[in-house]
Amino acid sequence: MILGVNLGFIAAKVLRALLTVWLVLTFVFVVLRLSGDPATQLLPDDVDQATVDYYSKEWGLDRPLWEQYASYFEAAAEGSFGISFADRRPALEVIAERIPATLQLGLLSFAFAIVVGIPLGVVAALRHNTVFDRLAMSFAVLGYAMPYFFMGVLLILLFSLQLRWLPSSGSSTWWHLIMPVLTLGTTPAAMFARFTRSSVLEVLNKPFIRTARAKGALPWREIVFHALPNAAIPVVTVLGLRFGELIGGAVVTETVFAWPGMGRLLVGAVANRDLAVVQGIVVLIAISMVTVNLVIDLTYGWLDPRIRSARAEGAT
Amino acid sequence: MTAQLERLRQESARPRRFALRFPTFGLWRFPPVVAAAAIFLGLMVIAAVFADLIAPFSYEEQNLLGRLQPPFWLGGSGGYLFGADELGRDVFSRTLYAIRTSMAVALLGTIIGALFGTFLGFLAARFRGWVDDLVMLLVDWQAAMPFLVIALAVLAFFGNNLVLFIALMGIYGWEKYARVARGLVLSAQEQGYALAIRSLGAGGGRLYVKHILPNVLSPLIVLLTLNIPDTILMETTLSFLGFGIQPPRTSLGLMLGLGRDYLLNAWWIAVVPGTVIFLTTLSISLLGDWLIKEVPQMPAHESTQLPGESRESIGP
Repeated sequence: MILGVNLGFIAAKVLRALLTVWLVLTFVFVVLRLSGDPATQLLPDDVDQATVDYYSKEWGLDRPLWEQYASYFEAAAEGSFGISFADRRPALEVIAERIPATLQLGLLSFAFAIVVGIPLGVVAALRHNTVFDRLAMSFAVLGYAMPYFFMGVLLILLFSLQLRWLPSSGSSTWWHLIMPVLTLGTTPAAMFARFTRSSVLEVLNKPFIRTARAKGALPWREIVFHALPNAAIPVVTVLGLRFGELIGGAVVTETVFAWPGMGRLLVGAVANRDLAVVQGIVVLIAISMVTVNLVIDLTYGWLDPRIRSARAEGAT
Repeated sequence: MTAQLERLRQESARPRRFALRFPTFGLWRFPPVVAAAAIFLGLMVIAAVFADLIAPFSYEEQNLLGRLQPPFWLGGSGGYLFGADELGRDVFSRTLYAIRTSMAVALLGTIIGALFGTFLGFLAARFRGWVDDLVMLLVDWQAAMPFLVIALAVLAFFGNNLVLFIALMGIYGWEKYARVARGLVLSAQEQGYALAIRSLGAGGGRLYVKHILPNVLSPLIVLLTLNIPDTILMETTLSFLGFGIQPPRTSLGLMLGLGRDYLLNAWWIAVVPGTVIFLTTLSISLLGDWLIKEVPQMPAHESTQLPGESRESIGP
């Protein structure tokens, strides 16, 4: 126990996270080999056998499977996922260029979802069963059912083609961000609104809120200091569970708006069967998923002292 | 004593409140939104089953003179209800066939996933020990990776074909059934009736298939209903990106994806199938929310309901 953090607990979580990454790496390796000989698949049909042999050697495809597996892990540990066949550069380099654009879009959409979704959920809970509540929940249900790609197409149709207000593709100005952020942010905003509402409603019925009220706490104090911290735990859980969907959404959104991020790169790489880039992106996504879930697991202890003390009593 | 017996008799004579009623009769018993959703889904099923009888044109029939013909309310001619596409094919007829494809793929995928996941969940609960650990490890792993990315990677490696695509749809979501089925069986096998049947000498197979399965079926069916929109969205997303159903076959996502290039001149090519996707997922999720409230056995802490999500009303 250091600073109220249970080290045994963290070690177990980190081990599990590493296990997941290992499973993903193995999965990619197995699938890559099962799918046939990468050398013949990746070269044009009309090349001669000598060229195929040359590339097999260069990519290490002529060595025994276990050796390929070992060198694959060695390479992965160094961050080398092979050479992009389309770009003739290291795959990681090609991917790394796209990370800032994806982060920019992802973080802004996420911020949009929080700024819209959470207050909407809180107010809906406080104004339970009023018109506002119903409107907010209708938005939540509609936003949740709306597929990213259709949302994107509708926005382009309205704002780019009919009104001609916003550019439909590219990323050169801030104006280019508006529609992708709306597209990627609406579904999580709907999700946050829904879960925040039910979470706050549940907390508002708890005895400690009554106590706070009886002690004469002002209404805003009651909400900000008593209700919201307690309502945060389920919202954080949802966030972790649905993070993967957000990544899927980013792939679609980037494709619709020609946003130069990792998602669009992935779609292009799948279309060209640029396997080095595909495996690099899959592994990077696995690592980021595992990291986010790890951070969320650790956040629980910080959000809820009861979980912290339960962990301290457990394995130390 | 007799009064008590009388009351018990009356209670047992009352119809089971939570039996799954399918909305064929007595639509008035449902909230209006749920009834509307059920009617829409009924229409979708009719469209899917009778596509070849309803459709005024074949989905492949081209008419180059009728290219990009607008829908009839915008003055389109040639008898195209929702206009014609870039090759002069009737959008309405194509939508009907696309509904058939998308529904078939989604249903098949969902059922494969449900059977597979339920089977593994039963195995995990029945044998515990390392079987349980292995199943739960796979469940965690599947839940940790965004499925869209896995599907894209597999399609990149193996190339696209219909069997692989349906298999992927089957794998999607299996972990939810496994987790829920495991939880339900774990608690069911501790109950009195399971013990009684075992003491009567029933073997494992008979106990699990004939007694426990019927008892845990209704939450699993609800879960299946809840999962259909997710599968539809996954199918349409992959087809939209161009990696799912391939021409000359048609699916809602594929129509939307191809229609995207004609948004400026012929928005209906993309908007008609998009609207169908949106309304279908919306209807199923409204129906699903309602079912969750009606089926009390629904395991609240398992994956279908997230922490904080109470049984309390969500819909508008």
